[in-house]
Amino acid sequence: MVFDGVAVTLGDQPILRDIHLEVPAGQVVVLAGCNGAGKTTLLRIASRVLRPTAGRVYLGGQGVDTLSRRELAQQLAVVPQDVSVSFPFSAGEVVLMGRAPHLGMLGFESRADIAIANEAMERLGIEHLAHRSILELSGGERQLISVARALTQQPRVLLLDEPTAHLDLAHRVAVLDCVRDFARDGRTALVVSHDLSLAARSCDVLALLSGGKILEAGAPRDVLTVDNLREVFGIRADIVMAPDGCPVVVPRGLHRGQQPPVA
Amino acid sequence: MKPLTAARTIGVLLVLLVLVIAAAAIGLAAGPSGISIAEIVSVLGGRGESDAAIDIVLRVRMPRVLLGALVGASLAVAGVLFQALLRNPLADPYVLGVSGGAALGGIAVMSLGSAIGLGYAAVPPAAFAGAIATTALLYAISGVQGRVSTTGLLLTGVVFNAFASAAIVFLASIAGMTEGTSIFLWLIGSLSAGRLEVAGPVALFLAIGLATAMPLARGLNLSALGEESAQQLGVDIDRQRRIVLVAASLMVGAAVSVAGLIGFVGLIIPHLLRLLIGPDHRLLIPAAALGGAAFLIVCDAIARTLLDGRELPVGAITALAGGPLFLWLLRRYHNRSFSS
Repeated sequence: MVFDGVAVTLGDQPILRDIHLEVPAGQVVVLAGCNGAGKTTLLRIASRVLRPTAGRVYLGGQGVDTLSRRELAQQLAVVPQDVSVSFPFSAGEVVLMGRAPHLGMLGFESRADIAIANEAMERLGIEHLAHRSILELSGGERQLISVARALTQQPRVLLLDEPTAHLDLAHRVAVLDCVRDFARDGRTALVVSHDLSLAARSCDVLALLSGGKILEAGAPRDVLTVDNLREVFGIRADIVMAPDGCPVVVPRGLHRGQQPPVA
Repeated sequence: MKPLTAARTIGVLLVLLVLVIAAAAIGLAAGPSGISIAEIVSVLGGRGESDAAIDIVLRVRMPRVLLGALVGASLAVAGVLFQALLRNPLADPYVLGVSGGAALGGIAVMSLGSAIGLGYAAVPPAAFAGAIATTALLYAISGVQGRVSTTGLLLTGVVFNAFASAAIVFLASIAGMTEGTSIFLWLIGSLSAGRLEVAGPVALFLAIGLATAMPLARGLNLSALGEESAQQLGVDIDRQRRIVLVAASLMVGAAVSVAGLIGFVGLIIPHLLRLLIGPDHRLLIPAAALGGAAFLIVCDAIARTLLDGRELPVGAITALAGGPLFLWLLRRYHNRSFSS
C-alpha cells in the first residue's frame, strides 16, 4: 500500500499536508505521532471512509477510490480504536461479521466461514467470549473481538488504530504477534500505536507523523532518536538498548519550558 | 446467541406462523355473536350451514383479522427498520414524524373535508399523502451534501411531530362533535375500518417493504458496529439509509392511513423478539412481521370483546397492555443488554 502525496483539510483545518508513505508487502509499519496529529485520519483515508483533498492511496497498484466498497473490504480490514455496538449481538456473531464482504446479500455463513471465525478467536485466546453479548464485554475484550473480526475478513492489508490501547501486557504481545504472523506471505499491516518500545520490537518500519507530514520513516533503531522524540512529542527521553538490541524509550519529562505539542 | 443458521431461521418462523394462525382463530371466534369454533371451521371449509354465520365470519371478522395482521406486521417491521437505521433501540415507527404527517393529512380531511365534499373514504388517501410528503421533507431537510445524517433525521422528525400535533389540536378544536369523536378514535388507532378494499394498499407496501429490506438485512447487522465500520465491511451506508428510510416510511404511512396511530406494536414486538431470538436482522425482520401480526390480531380481539356490546379502539389495548409489558422488558433488557 502506498500513500502518494495525501493531503486532507477538515473544515478549514489542514490535518495532513503531504503524506508519502509506503507499506511494503510482508512488512509491519507502525505509525506514531502526538494526539490529533492525523493518524486516525490517515487510516480513514486508506479505508475510503474519508476522501483526501489531494493525493491518492494505492493498493497493489490500484487507487482505493477506483474499487467498490465491497471490493475494498475484501482486501482491507480495519480495527477501530473503539467499538460501540448498538444491539446485543454475541461476540461470536460480531467476529463472523468479518465474512460479510465475501458473502452474497442473502443466505447464511457456511461451516467454512464459522471455522475461519473460530480460528481467529482461538488465535487470540478469546474463544470463551464467543457466546457473551458484545455489550457485556470490557473495552479490552471488545478490542480483541475487533481484531478477531478483522482477521476473519482475511484481507491483504490490515489497518489497526491503537489496537493495544485497552489491553494488558499479555494480550498486547498476543495481538502484535498476531499482526507479525499476518504480515508474512506478502500481506501487510499498518498499526497506529503510542507504545513506541513495544512497536519497535514488532515492526519493520516506524513512521513518525508530525505537522501533517511523515517526519521520518525507517528501521525503529534509526528513527527512535532523542532529537526526533523532542520534535514529535516535545519530550526529553533516553533511548536505551534492550539486551536483544531493540531500542526502548524512557521518557524523562517534557522539554524545558515546553507544553505538549499542539497538532 | 449462536450464529444464525437456515434451520434455526425456519424453525423460529414456523413457530411464529403457528402463533399467527392461533391468533387468527381467536380473532375469528371473538365477538358478540357467539359463533362456535366448530361453526367457524365449517364456514372456512366452505360448508357453513347458517347464512348469518357465513356473513359474520367471512365478511365482518375475516377482513378485520386480515387488516389487523397487515397493520401489525407493517408497524413491527417498520419499528425494526427505524431502530436499525437510527442505531437506537428506543426508536419506534412514529419517531421520525411520518405518522404525524399522515395524521395531519387524515384529520384535515375529517374536520374540513365535508365542506368541500370529501367524505370519510378520502381519509386514507389523504393520510397516505401526508406520510409521503413527510418522508420527502425528511429526505430533503436531513440530507447534507447528498448524505442523510441520522441526527438530522431525528431532529427533523421530533420537530415535525410537535408541529403536526399542534396543527391537529387546532383542527380538532374547530371541528364539530361528530368529527371530533372520529378524530379522537383515529388518534388512538382502531381497526374498525376493516374492509378488504383498504387492506390492499397495506398489503402492497408491506410486501414492497419486506422485499427491499430483506436483501439489506446483513448490511443492517453490520451498521450496528457503527457507520464507519459498516462501510469498511463493504456496506454502501448512504444507499442503505435512503432505501430503509423510504421503505419503512411507506409501510408506516399505509398502515396509519387505514388504522390511525396504533401505538407500541412497533416498539414492543422488535424488543420482545430481540430478547427471544437475538438481534440478527435476517431473522428479526420476518419474525417481526409475524409477531406484529399475531399481537395486533389478539389485541383487536380483546378490544372487540372486553366491553359487552361496545368496541374499544385497539390502540387503547396495545397501549394498556404494551406500556407495562414494555417497562418490564426494559428492566430485563437493561440488565442483560445495556450494561455498557
